[in-house]
Amino acid sequence: MSNPSSNSSSITEIVNKGLKKRYRSEFMFRLYGITSILFAAAFLIVFFSSIIDKGYSAFTQGELNISIYLDPEIIDPDNTLDEEEIRYANYDKLVFDSLKNFFPSVSSRKERKELKALVSNGTSLRIQSLVLDDMSLIGKTLDLSVKLDSDIDMFLKGNVDITLDESQRRISDNQVKWTNELKTKGLISQKFNSTLFSAGDSREPEQAGVLGALVGSFFMLLITFIVAFPLGVAAAIYLEEFAPKNKFTDFVEVNINNLAAVPSIIYGLLGLAVFINFFGMPRSAPLVGGLVLALMTFPVIIIASRAALQSVPPSITDAALGVGASKIQTVFDHVFPLALPGMLTGSIIGMARALGESAPLLMIGMVAFVVDIPSTPLDASAALPVQVYLWADAPERGFVERTSAAILVLLFFLLVMNSTAIWLRNKFEIKW
Amino acid sequence: MKNNELITLSDDFLTVGDTTTPNEKIMESQDCCVFYDEAQALRNINLEVGKKEVLSLIGPSGCGKSTFIRCLNRLNDTIDSAKVTGKITLEGQDIYNSDMDVVLLRARVGMVFQKPNPFPKSVYENVAYGPRIHGMSESKADMDEIVETSLLRAGLWDEVKDRLNTSGTALSGGQQQRLCIARAIAVRPDVILMDEPCSALDPIATDRIEDLISELKENYAIVIVTHSMSQASRVSQRAAYFHLGHLVETGKTSKIFGDPDHELTQNYIKGRIG
Repeated sequence: MSNPSSNSSSITEIVNKGLKKRYRSEFMFRLYGITSILFAAAFLIVFFSSIIDKGYSAFTQGELNISIYLDPEIIDPDNTLDEEEIRYANYDKLVFDSLKNFFPSVSSRKERKELKALVSNGTSLRIQSLVLDDMSLIGKTLDLSVKLDSDIDMFLKGNVDITLDESQRRISDNQVKWTNELKTKGLISQKFNSTLFSAGDSREPEQAGVLGALVGSFFMLLITFIVAFPLGVAAAIYLEEFAPKNKFTDFVEVNINNLAAVPSIIYGLLGLAVFINFFGMPRSAPLVGGLVLALMTFPVIIIASRAALQSVPPSITDAALGVGASKIQTVFDHVFPLALPGMLTGSIIGMARALGESAPLLMIGMVAFVVDIPSTPLDASAALPVQVYLWADAPERGFVERTSAAILVLLFFLLVMNSTAIWLRNKFEIKW
Repeated sequence: MKNNELITLSDDFLTVGDTTTPNEKIMESQDCCVFYDEAQALRNINLEVGKKEVLSLIGPSGCGKSTFIRCLNRLNDTIDSAKVTGKITLEGQDIYNSDMDVVLLRARVGMVFQKPNPFPKSVYENVAYGPRIHGMSESKADMDEIVETSLLRAGLWDEVKDRLNTSGTALSGGQQQRLCIARAIAVRPDVILMDEPCSALDPIATDRIEDLISELKENYAIVIVTHSMSQASRVSQRAAYFHLGHLVETGKTSKIFGDPDHELTQNYIKGRIG
């Protein structure tokens, strides 16, 4: 028998020999972890700063303070107050006349055209609707702040290189001169671009907004949730709690996992074939988009819900069965309420993925140019990611910043949804 | 002393001692065998449970005592691979027969588990859940009375009467286990099964549960699985010793612990006490 003290000292030696190596491997592992997190964080910062850098300027829009004389000779020469007549009056001339007040020397056809193009071509429509709303304005002078044309706005934001030859840029030497003059007079200011949140799509960047796409995406997600959540949860509960465990349910499970991995554009093709061609649903409608996204989200919800059900401790099931609850009472009185927060969290994350999906929507025609804001899920509509795609494709310089702004709006909603998921999980999580 | 683990009994082994109860019998197991897939967990168990008595099931880990207790309220049904043969009767009626409703059976044969498992709901709801699903109360006042009586019998009323709305999971371990007992007796069962009810509790809480078991036996038949020799000898009138799926010996607790007939029982008792 060996001496206990020498024995213990030899153990100390053996352990000591290996200690350094053990600590080193732990240190290295921590280092790898921190490096990869920093790497990911760096990319995230680059990504966000580039989008914010490109997009923040879209939240303001250059406007011109202008006085417009609502000349009764032009609007309503016969003083009929007839709505039809007033509607078709030449408002462009009113706008032009007030612009000409600033630059009386303008005379040639080219100059007139250039002067007119300083302000957005939506200005005359705006004045028309003001007059139609309140006919007593006729004959008075209106002080308005009107949107500058997007090209002028881009120049003010420093996105136009005026050292180029005039023929190579979208704004003429005259326009540059006039804009600078108006600016020194203090008539031009950058205002919050509320149009971005209150209008649908437009060919003119200064009149384009994401509201139409936002409403379309909202309708789609609503339909996705209404269709996919109850179905997914019911399927998960049946598979997890009631279905017999045999080859068939194994097969079903494998295929649900497969479905979750199917490329989303395939769901778009399916939607096109089934919902639009077979059932004759309208094209470009959030209803079809929502159904397609529901199909896509469905397997994700099943998988998340099954995981949530599995995480309910079996002791709760035993307890309920032990007092004589039937299977369905056990599931719906005890297991389901405990699993619900997990199910909701998983579903919201699935829905957030659906919100950012564009490929299947291209297949069902939601890539159309839609100016109107949809009022029902059956109206033609765009969706946020598709709006990003459309604007990224547009040639006007003004859409570059708006594309980034739309991405920011999309990211904001994704962030809200994911935060809600975390909040729900923390709020309803039951601790044992 | 031979190591018990190495001794296997032949398939036609017959239980030593008296398997019948001196009291009026309420449950009886006849040639009960349990299989998990191919593996046999219980072999030909013959045992009676009497009214107003505590029957303790003892034996080393993996001997089948928990499997047996879970046969008595068919909780083994939840395990897909488990198969039960033989006959177990409750007041003469075969509980594995198709005309026996498992919900009714579990209402009549209540259970308390090893780890306290109150529902994550209020104390009141924990007790009221069983009576409510069985439709045992006509009114709110009825239910209040059932809850109060059950908690009184479980010796928990004084501690929780002012906080019936707090969550059952917020109680201490011993209180949680008494809440589980209150939950079991709220449905007025004939038999209460207890699967190592004190193994997760401290000695003081254990004392209280043991006292409670002695009181409860005035009204119920109790079958208790325990690893504690001293607990078995304190609370039970009859004891049954299991070994590798066999019921080796059964009889009066005093006989089993004082002068057991079978060598395996002797080894087990001595190994643990002496």
